[in-house]
Order: sequence, then C-alpha cells, then structure tokens
Amino acid sequence: MPQVTLTVNGQSHTAEVEGRTLLVELLREKLRLTGTHVGCDTSQCGACVVHIDGESVKSCTTLAVMCDGASVTTIEGLARPDGTLHPMQEAFREYHALQCGFCTPGMVLSAIDLVQKNPRGLTEQQIREGLEGNLCRCTGYHNIVKAIAAAAEVMHGRRSEIARAAE
Amino acid sequence: MNVVAPFEGIGASVRRKEDFRFLQGRGAYTDDFNRQGQLHAWILRSPHAHARIRGVDTAKAAAMPGVVAVFTGADMARDNLGGLPCGWQIHNKDGSPMAEPPHPVLAHEKVRHVGDPVAVAIAATREQARDAAEAIAMDYEVLQAAATMKAAQAPGAPIIHDGAANNLCYDWHIGDKAVVDAAFASAARVVTLDLVNNRLIPNAMEPRAALGEFDRTTGDYTLTTTSQNPHVIRLLMGANVLHIPESKLRVVAPDVGGGFGSKIYHYAEEAIVTWSAGKLARPVKWTADRSESFMSDAHGRDHVSRAELALDANGRILGLRVSTQANMGAYLSTFAPCVPTYLYATLLAGTYTTPVIYCEVKAVFTNTVPVDAYRGAGRPEASFLLERLMDVAAAETGIDRVELRRSNFIPTDAFPYQTPVALQYDSGNYHATLDQALAAADWAGFEARRAEAAKRGRLRGIGCSTYLEACGIAPSAVVGSLGARAGLYEVGTIRVHPTGSVTVLTGAHSHGQGHETTFAQLVADKLGVPVAQVDIVHGDTAKVPFGMGTYGSRSLAVGGSAMMKAMDKIIAKGKRIAAHLMEASVDDIEFDRGTFRVAGTDRTKALVDISVAAYVPHNYPIEELEPGLEETAFYDPKNFTYPGGCHIAEVEIDPETGKVSMVNFTAVDDVGRVINPMIVEGQVQGGIAQGIGQALLEACVYDADGQLLTGSMLDYTMPRADDLPPVSVATHTTLCTHNPLGVKGCGEVGAIGSPPAVINAVVDALRDYGVRTLDMPATPSKIWTIINGGRRMAAE
Repeated sequence: MPQVTLTVNGQSHTAEVEGRTLLVELLREKLRLTGTHVGCDTSQCGACVVHIDGESVKSCTTLAVMCDGASVTTIEGLARPDGTLHPMQEAFREYHALQCGFCTPGMVLSAIDLVQKNPRGLTEQQIREGLEGNLCRCTGYHNIVKAIAAAAEVMHGRRSEIARAAE
Repeated sequence: MNVVAPFEGIGASVRRKEDFRFLQGRGAYTDDFNRQGQLHAWILRSPHAHARIRGVDTAKAAAMPGVVAVFTGADMARDNLGGLPCGWQIHNKDGSPMAEPPHPVLAHEKVRHVGDPVAVAIAATREQARDAAEAIAMDYEVLQAAATMKAAQAPGAPIIHDGAANNLCYDWHIGDKAVVDAAFASAARVVTLDLVNNRLIPNAMEPRAALGEFDRTTGDYTLTTTSQNPHVIRLLMGANVLHIPESKLRVVAPDVGGGFGSKIYHYAEEAIVTWSAGKLARPVKWTADRSESFMSDAHGRDHVSRAELALDANGRILGLRVSTQANMGAYLSTFAPCVPTYLYATLLAGTYTTPVIYCEVKAVFTNTVPVDAYRGAGRPEASFLLERLMDVAAAETGIDRVELRRSNFIPTDAFPYQTPVALQYDSGNYHATLDQALAAADWAGFEARRAEAAKRGRLRGIGCSTYLEACGIAPSAVVGSLGARAGLYEVGTIRVHPTGSVTVLTGAHSHGQGHETTFAQLVADKLGVPVAQVDIVHGDTAKVPFGMGTYGSRSLAVGGSAMMKAMDKIIAKGKRIAAHLMEASVDDIEFDRGTFRVAGTDRTKALVDISVAAYVPHNYPIEELEPGLEETAFYDPKNFTYPGGCHIAEVEIDPETGKVSMVNFTAVDDVGRVINPMIVEGQVQGGIAQGIGQALLEACVYDADGQLLTGSMLDYTMPRADDLPPVSVATHTTLCTHNPLGVKGCGEVGAIGSPPAVINAVVDALRDYGVRTLDMPATPSKIWTIINGGRRMAAE
C-alpha cells in the first residue's frame, strides 16, 4: 500500500493509503479531522475545499497520494493557536453567513483564496461568480457575499477589524 | 465601573453561539462520529423502477474480504420487523380510509422505484461493504413502470400496490361542491388555469447518515441520525418497526446539516443500522452518497392542478374550484398524505375573502421516489396556484394586478377571520405588507425601468405575490380529527442551576435555525439570565423528556411557547421562595428580568438568591414547597399561526439566450413578533433562494421507464451565488393572538411567496409574446422557445 507524508495544519503526518483513497477520506478517517465535509459525489458542492500549498482545492477530487510532500490547511487550522479567529471566520459570524454550518468550512476556505487572489478588491458580482464552486442550501448566499466583502477589507489591511453588520 | 451589557433579549440581533464550533470545524455531524469496532453498511438499491424480485443470492458477497453480514428483506421478515409507518390517515370522499400499502424496510417481493433498498452489506470498511453490495446477485423480473401520474391512472396501467386500484391512494375533497358550482353558474367571468407544481429534490448539504449501536450487556440501543425530530424517530421505529420499548432506545440527532423537511421522516436506513447493530452487537454506520440521496431522500411538491376562479363584473371573487393530482411516489412517506390536503387545500382562501371554495385531491402512486413535505409543504403549491390565477384573472379582466388583489383582501378589521376551508386566521394586515413591498420595490417606477432595459435589448418584467400560509404546527386535537396519528405539542424544561445559570431542554431541533442563540434570548428576556449562561439542549431523547421536533415553522411558536410556560412556572415558584426569604406575602412579589421585588419597596432578591435557596433549602418554606427550581411545560397550540406578506420579483430576460436573470427581489413578511431580526432575515433569504430555485432552475426529471435522469448535482440545477440577486427583506408585525410570544414562524415563508412572484415577473416580461402562463422551471430553453416560436404581437 502506498505511503504518503504530508503536513496538515502545520503538523507532519505519514499514513498508509490505498491508491484510490481521496484526500478528504485521509483527512476525515485517518487523521480524524472531520471539519472538512463531503456533500456530493460529482465535485459540485465545495464542502470539501481545503488549501493545498496555499490554494483552494476540492479534496474530494484529489487523491491522497497526489499530496505527498504537500502542505494542507483545513478549517481546523485557520484560527490562531490562542483561539483568535481568522478575519473570514469572524466576518462569517458577524454577518450571519452560516446556518447549518455544513457548507461553511469549504465556503470559508474558498472565500479566503478568492480574496487572497484579488488584493485590489472584488465587486459583489465577482464574489458571486467566485463562489460558483460552493453550494449553500440554507443562506441564499446574501450574507456570505457581505461577509466576504467585509473580510477582504481586513485581509488586505484596509480596515483593522471587521465592520459591524448594519442592524 | 458599570459596564452596560448589550441588549440580548427579544428583538436583538444577537450573533450566534453555535457559529464558534461550525466555523472551526468542530461541528459534530452524524458521519463525524466513529465508534470502537464499528462496521460500515452499504445499501444495494434497485436499478429498476418496477420489478418483481425472483431471487437474491448473497453467497458471493458474504464471502468477500472484511464482510461480516449481508441482510435482505427476507431476513427482516423472518425477524418480524414491521414496515415503515405512515403518520397521517386521509379519508376518501365516501368516508373510506385511504389505501395504505405496506412499506417494508428492505423490499423483498417487489421493487417500486429506482433506489428502492433491497439489501445491505456490512463490512469493516465502507469500500469493502460497497464492493460486497455490488456482488449481491439480484434476479429481477422487470415490470412496466408507471413513471407519471398520468401513466399510473391510464387504463391498463401497471399496478404498483395490490389494494390500490388504479394506483390511487385517496380521492379527497373539502368544501361543498354544489354551493361552489352555484357560485360559478352565477359568475360574470370564470378564469381557468392549468398548473404544474414541479417536483423538487431538497438536497440539504449534509447527506443523510445513521449510526446504530447495541450494548449486549444492557440491552440498550442507540441511533445517531440526521433527523429533525429524534423523539418521533424513537417512537415510530421503536413501536412500529423494531418493537423496542422507548426505555431501551436512545435516538440522538446531533448537528444536522440542513433538513428542509427531508430529514423529518423515519427512513429505512435508520431501521437497518439499528437492527443490524442489534444482530451483530457491533456499531453499524451508513452515510449516503449524494447520488444515493437523490434516489432515497423524499422528494417535494409534484402537483398537477386545474384551478377555476369565479368573478363578478367588478372583479370580486365569488368562488374557487380546484382539482389537484398529487404524486405520492412509490410508497407513503411519513407525512405525505396530509401535505396536499390539510396543508394545501385549507390555504386556498389565501389573503382573499373568497366566500366559497371546493377542492378535490387525488393522491396517486407512481414508480418514483416517495414524495413528502419540503419547505412549505403544501403552502407553496397553494400560493402558486392562487397568485398565478390572480395575475391571469387580471390580464383577462383588464383589472390592474395589484388592485384586483387589494379589492379582494380580507379587511384589517375582519380578524379573527373564518375562511371557508376550515382555518380561522387570528391576525394579519395584507394591505400593509403589500404597500410596504410596493414602495420598497419601487413598483411605481417600473415602466421606466422596462423601457430602459428594452433599449439594451432586454425584456424586463415585474411580478408580485400576496401570500398567506399556515404553520406553527399544530393543535393536536384538530389534526387528530383530520387523520394525524401523533400529537403536535412541544415540550420545554427550564432548569435553573443552584448558582443561577440555566439549562433549557427543548423538544425542538436546530439544524440551521440558531436555537442555541435565539432560545437563549427568550430566557435572557424573561428571566434576566445572560445568553452566555443559558445552555440550550436539544436532539437527544436521553436528555430531553419528549418533543415533536422542528418542521412546519413550529420551533418558536410551539417550542418557544412551551419554554415561556415553563418559565412562568419558574417565576411562580420563585415568587413563593422570594416571599419566604423577604417575609412578605407572595401577592406582593413582583418579578422583572431577574429581580424579585416586594412591591412598592426597594427590597429585592436576585434570581440567583432564589436558586441557591431552592437547592440549599435551609431558610425555605419546606412544608409547602419542594426544593429545586426546574419546571417543564408541554404546550399544545390553540390554532395554526398565519404568517403572510408580499414578495416582488424583478427579472430581465436576454432574448438571445432565453436566460432569466433575477434583478431584484423584495420581501415584506409578517411573521409576528421578531425575536432576532438577523435570524429572521437569514431564514427568509434562504427560503427565497429555494423558491427562486423552483421557479427558474430546479426540476426532478424521470423518463418514461422511471429512470431518474436528474440523478446528481451535474443534472439537477442547484442555485449558486451568481444565480441569485441581493434580496431586500423587511418585516411588518401583527402579533399572533394565541401564543405567549405573539410569533408566527418564519422558516418557510421565503419558499412560499417567491415562486409565483418570479413566474408572474417572467410572464410580465414576455407580455408581447402572447404568453398566458408558463410552467416552472422557466429555463432558458423554455423561454427561448416561446420567444422564437411565439408570434411577436404588436404593442397597442
């Protein structure tokens, strides 16, 4: 059985996997990091999005063996060790951008990548198009878009903290 | 230094406590649980829509690596397992009961839909179980399938269930047909409309999963399941299927990733894993693949109707006559029979003073996945019918669409208002929500926007719906008399701890609604305990005494009311303790948000003083009062609740492609008292997204052989962020008159008011093309065909 060594959230792991084992299966079952979710079987929904070497990737469509030597960040690795939330996590809470929470890990990681790749900012339309790979059945996306816009201001240093949502 | 804490009570947009775990990957969803020694189950499902099972050979599968057991329907029959029960019995026009065919957990003589479970392979890993399931040899004799209601009712149609002649489950009606026919005979005008309410697949983002456990040393079963109502599952599965007493069966519904109705029902897989765990004395876990969910989660909607509206010469409605066929699918799901009857036909007065109504409903079996309640459950079907009919009536009479509605509204001083279809509305102000929505959507300025869009080569349209719905389900005796086999009260326990924090046990379940925050707000408001010190416990039959769960927008109206009643009991007991401590008469004790005061004095005791005294009863009226400070209330609602409102959609069509873009959506909803405005907005936005999905994107499609063509998210169009517009959501409040909170419920209104608003807008955009009506979803292909096939009519 193939062996794969990868760093997940800063910690190195070595695991025996089958050739067909998906990265999401490795994360959830071998490493018991269950924050990354499986929501579909056709790569549509994005609940499985993680960062591999800094970029968002659907872990349901990535074989574990492809990640040998890679550095993976999952939702569990976003907050700082002292518990301080990432601005995107804070913004999601402030703007009520989650309800059942199932799409949220993948949505947050996709959103971080989208913002990181667009340092000059994003229009509402660009945010909506950038989320094409992430489905949410609960929120209607309205507040997710607002949260991402608010987080972008902080992530790119234009604000020092997440703007309060209008009442 | 006195720090004023931000207000956390009723009306505050308190940010959610549950977000901390969801945002950091610490949610505990059913598939996240793993037990020592657990096995994995893979379910083999029928690839045929209709077939006889001639034989099952599990020998090869049972011998495969890692396989511990392979079970079939025959094994379950040998163990005398009951079938999956139906929770609502409808009667025919002649008073006879509906056809109620058996629904075995695993099919063992016939399969009746693609996806019907026939066997289960249980192995050490999921992959081994899957490989084994695929090695089970099934010998099917394929039968002709009846994939549509029309095919199922045609002469010579294949019979799906013995005992359901013509594949008819029931033929029901409400109203006096002779009276309604007379109203029609005298009408100046009759408007007739044929409508389809398209079949939908709920697709909550978390696929269903179930984990069954059995402890041989105690005889205790535990089921962890993706359910909206664990107590209901315990009752139905324990009593009807596995014959396990409640005291030996614990059902846990942990974090659940969305439900929308699809996770109400007692599904076969719950019984399969629980029963298997008992037989093998090892935990058994099953998690659906998404494609598996498509063919095993209950579908929604699927009505075909003919609606007729009788009007006088001035556009006043004289009567409504409706004939509907409702698809039950291959088997009766838990609540299916009530959805197109008591949750649909009783809503056909809507916001209007229609004096007489007759509705007949035929429920039909087909070789498709069972159909049951999905967000709105019967009320979207009623609203779509009414609000499309009103627009068509406006077009045919030449009366303005808004004025036709307004002139038929139930007046604001007419409440309580008895409709001709059983329901009595307690309060509402349809003029206010209409006016507020028209202003917010700038209805008056629309024609200028249409002209501007035309210059850009776009067809712009605007449409409204003034809807009403009934939720806060439900008064037990009323629904019992209508065929419900369960009570629909809710339970709340308020446990005040010795040092003053509070634990609430609620029978309601949160799968996205934010109860851990909003229910805590109720306690903060009434007992003065900060939200951070109020813990809401739900979803575990071992912890919560009882409950009927969350669906039908009932958690606050019924569950919240139970909490309020329990808090009343806490306050009553607290006053007696306070009276003792302060040596006053109990009649002189006032209570306000955490403080007991002797009236007219500055002598006070805090709630924490009372709770300490209650648990350390040294200075205490021990002769008259037991120690402790914990109270339970069961609340049975007196009536349904009646949210209503006005939704306005504005669309633009690109005639080159037929694509409908949502430009604006405005909602003004009356959901009664608003506890947390942020949560209400979120619920309405989410419901609107599902309604827009129904109107423009989503359709569950079967072919004539009953093969599910829309079998994955590749073919079933789920709404994405760029399909949806920004949505303007506002509320207008008229309080519910019959529950302690004055709340009406907001979970489903978004999905109820929006589809007709969108289709009315699309038809309006196509007004030059002679389009009278249009079925959902209004896909680019449909619109392009209309534009290119229809004759472009000259403007007047």
